[in-house]
Amino acid sequence: MNGQGRTGPQTGGPQTGERQMNERQMNGNVLEVSDLRVQIASRRGLVRAVDGVSFEVPRGGALGLVGESGSGKSMTLRAVLGVLPPEAHVVSGQVRLDGTDLLTLNHDSLNRMRGPKISMIFQEPMSALNPVMRVGQQIAEGPRIHLGYSRARAAERTLELMRRVGIPDPERRYRAYPHEFSGGMRQRVMIAIALACEPEIILCDEPTTALDVTIQDQILRLLAALCRESGVSLVFVTHDLPVVAQVCQQVAVMYGGQLVERGDVRDVLLDPRHPYTLGLVRSAPDFEYVQDSLRPIPGSPPSLITPPPGCRFHPRCEFAEDDCRTGEVPLRILPGGRATACLHYERCLDALAADRAGQ
Amino acid sequence: MTTPAATTPAEPAEPLLTAHDLAVSFPVGSQLTARIRHTERLLRAVDGVDLEVRRGEALALVGESGSGKSTLALALAGLRPPDRGEIRYAGRVLPGRRSRDDRRRIQMVFQDPYSSLNPRLTVGRMLGELLRVHHVVPRDQVKSFSAELLGLVGLDEGALSAYPRQFSGGQRQRVAIARALALRPEVLVADEPVSALDVSVQATILNLLRDLRGELGLTLLLISHNLAVVRHLCDRVAVMYLGRIVEVAPTEQLFRDPRHPYTRGLLAAIPRLTEQAGEMGPPALAGDPPSPLAIPAGCRFRTRCPMAQPRCEHEDPALTAGPGDPGHLAACHFAFTPAPATASASPEQA
Repeated sequence: MNGQGRTGPQTGGPQTGERQMNERQMNGNVLEVSDLRVQIASRRGLVRAVDGVSFEVPRGGALGLVGESGSGKSMTLRAVLGVLPPEAHVVSGQVRLDGTDLLTLNHDSLNRMRGPKISMIFQEPMSALNPVMRVGQQIAEGPRIHLGYSRARAAERTLELMRRVGIPDPERRYRAYPHEFSGGMRQRVMIAIALACEPEIILCDEPTTALDVTIQDQILRLLAALCRESGVSLVFVTHDLPVVAQVCQQVAVMYGGQLVERGDVRDVLLDPRHPYTLGLVRSAPDFEYVQDSLRPIPGSPPSLITPPPGCRFHPRCEFAEDDCRTGEVPLRILPGGRATACLHYERCLDALAADRAGQ
Repeated sequence: MTTPAATTPAEPAEPLLTAHDLAVSFPVGSQLTARIRHTERLLRAVDGVDLEVRRGEALALVGESGSGKSTLALALAGLRPPDRGEIRYAGRVLPGRRSRDDRRRIQMVFQDPYSSLNPRLTVGRMLGELLRVHHVVPRDQVKSFSAELLGLVGLDEGALSAYPRQFSGGQRQRVAIARALALRPEVLVADEPVSALDVSVQATILNLLRDLRGELGLTLLLISHNLAVVRHLCDRVAVMYLGRIVEVAPTEQLFRDPRHPYTRGLLAAIPRLTEQAGEMGPPALAGDPPSPLAIPAGCRFRTRCPMAQPRCEHEDPALTAGPGDPGHLAACHFAFTPAPATASASPEQA
């Protein structure tokens, strides 16, 4: 690993940068989420949007959280940062950031963590940015408030950040408003804001979904490079499997508010051990090889108000047996450190072998 | 390896829908200042497009947002009058105001099934209205034909009495496809039909489009930014950049041997399971596309092109075929001849 990031903060920066690098090189997890449960009150009943989710993010690592709409991936992310919509609330669980449980903090203490410890990049930069505030000021706000920088020093830091995320001509762009930027440039601004106070971890909620493929490519490479250079950790929520493979080392697959599979990104996506992951991989048109016919997952996602008993995927699963229909089906650790919630995961192996023989 | 091209006839089919020098622009900004200054700012969304859709084929139109692909689709479907150029259908020039019969021949499926269906009409009434207005079937058969249409897209008869809000996204897109098919069109123009849907639902719609093409002999114009979808479904691909077609080729040939630098960049930008950005070099294409309000002179791609030459600043390359292959067209001076070597071609600038 490089001893130093390419660019440290302008003044007094290199020392803090180095200190953080050393801290980050220590083993351990920067974020530990355990048994997180989020419920949403709706007219039709209580929606169990997140139902017992646990995961860890290693220091300097990137974890992908994938799933379809309604799987609870965004709710998980929002619960971690404490920005749930008003009708949703955390009913149990722990979110430990460097040992501190974020769920027990009051509003002010949590606010002090946002920025210097943890920050977030949203899908729609146009609605996340303030439309009537100059871009430079929005980036400088964090260092001013959290790091106590003077106006001049914050401005200097802002220009450096803008350069680092690849915004051309930062001196002029500093005074621009978000609407004057393209989608890709706005997302770069979001990244600069997220990085401004050198957080330990950045939560990314579908940061490239609204972007074109060439711009997505630029942003993904930028995020990967920033991760590598500054040692910041990422949690990356997306529905796009190849995108996860580009940025993350680890991936966790969500279905019906629960984790169903977790492991090294290439293991999970190329060699799934859960029928839902297998279904996702089979139904996505793959660029590498053309399948004769795509194989959709039959049925539709479960109701989160009255989820099916047993494994939540069993009504749509081709491998389902009687034991899948009752009782809890928790994640089990498999050899090699990966985990699956499937009781009959070995059937995925046979199905994959059959797929490959047919190719 | 199986390829979708297996379904195409060996010899090229006759052109069914052709566009020649088609241009569509939108006035932007205040009409008052435009009148005072006697200048109108024009956004040239489609700027001189030549395109040929052959009978029975599936042609993809790909490009980034702002490249004009949706506007081109609207113009071809007759929903947006062109400023210039002509559109021919089976050799006959289509007038600006099309007859009911011409409108019937080309139908569209839109991206967002949540906003493209009237929320206040049941599916049965929506289809019934269409069938009656266009006299597709005798009045007493409207109901049975509607049910038949729904069967074609994989919905049951009960859906006739339901409102759009009672369906999931994938089912709504099926309803939208049934609506497009109701008029027995010859060409189906699908504008990003799956990009608003979840992955597992996308597959069902893509399979449906593929099956319908086979069953009904439809000609399909698929607009998509997702090249994996295109590869799965289409015989030929046209790549658009800033209002122009920059490359056209049979699908597998385009993916194997792209000739335009933009196509190469687009293909290289696709995220793949097998490589990691952390280990890769600079992005496939730097920078943003220029604004369609200020299209660069000469070759419009030169501002992002890794092999731009002085010549590209003055000469606008025409869409021409390569030597020995009339089916592969590209609009680049150096598409089929190597570019003169430059000392250091490093356009790395975001």
